[in-house]
Amino acid sequence: MSQWKNFSKGLLKENAVFVMFLGLCPTLGVTTSAVNGLGMGLATTFVLVMSNIVVSLIKSQIPDKVRIPAFIVIIATFVTVVEMVMKAYLPSLFDALGLFIPLIVVNCLVLGRAEAFASKNNLVTSLVDGLGMGVGFALALTALGAVREILGSGAIFGLSFLKGDGMLLFILPPGAFIALGYLIVLANKLKEKTA
Amino acid sequence: MEYILIIIAAVFVSNIVLNQFLGICPFIGVSSKVETAVGMTGAVTFVMVIATIVTYLIFKFILLPLELTYLRTITFILVIASLVQMVEIMLKKISPPLYQALGIFLPLITTNCAVLGVAVLAVQKDFNLLESVVFAIGNAIGFGLALITFSGIREQLDMANVPKQMKGVPIAFIVAGLLALAFMGFAGIA
Repeated sequence: MSQWKNFSKGLLKENAVFVMFLGLCPTLGVTTSAVNGLGMGLATTFVLVMSNIVVSLIKSQIPDKVRIPAFIVIIATFVTVVEMVMKAYLPSLFDALGLFIPLIVVNCLVLGRAEAFASKNNLVTSLVDGLGMGVGFALALTALGAVREILGSGAIFGLSFLKGDGMLLFILPPGAFIALGYLIVLANKLKEKTA
Repeated sequence: MEYILIIIAAVFVSNIVLNQFLGICPFIGVSSKVETAVGMTGAVTFVMVIATIVTYLIFKFILLPLELTYLRTITFILVIASLVQMVEIMLKKISPPLYQALGIFLPLITTNCAVLGVAVLAVQKDFNLLESVVFAIGNAIGFGLALITFSGIREQLDMANVPKQMKGVPIAFIVAGLLALAFMGFAGIA
């Protein structure tokens, strides 16, 4: 498998959010605006790439029986790094993402890639896989955040193009579910065309 | 009175699934049948309450005095993972029928963000031990209420005639949105 194929599978064909339905809690929870979605996506990408690298490097050292706890510790370490760096340099984003930053630990996407991919593949392949999956996840979150921001507050990346309020529903929790439902339909349609 | 308010807030007003977006994976994943939804609710309630008590004690008496609060995430997830493992082993010995019923759901709970989320929230909100326990119970009830209601709806949804691309998960999300909308009505009682 070429590395490009390995990278690009995460973008649409095996997209974490739209196709595999992994990591849905942060997807719905933080995407009240495109910027928040992007920030969460990039934070998760970092954790995903780093944990994939470490897992693929030490996979032969980890006894099979304790591999899941071992993966979780590796992931939690990088989440703590993200938590501390973000708190220091991006305090406003840190406040906006809130509880969902520590919850990257239990994002099934990160653990899933460590278990299903990095523990069976070499360093470079795992790195590319993590990067592709992460970028796909970030794209999905940014898309959902953009849709909710455009409909909900008449703005995109914080730039307002509408006077007054938008449809408040899309900023509130129900709008997250509904917008994601329709985005999945759209992704299904796209996938059918490219397949 | 205070405790009743915590429960009402956790179950209805800021429902953990439909308002806080925690535990969405099992919410979508195991909600296609009412029976499995009930089993999952039982397992989650069990682990959530015990995990909140244990993590609360560890945070208050070990992490805080030693100023190691930045280790919160790692400690909590390790506690939850080992707790799940322990519950599994104990259930197998003590109550085989209960183990049969909950068994397959237990490993899934480690990565259920609702459990870690409630543990972290209880510490963040500065609850005392009893309040934390009540908070965990309330959230577990809220999780069960949302999951079981939703699975009932999804059983009906299987028989509905929806467009091909919307079958399965997409329509489930849209229905979940409507359910969340209904739950927003409870905000009035706060």
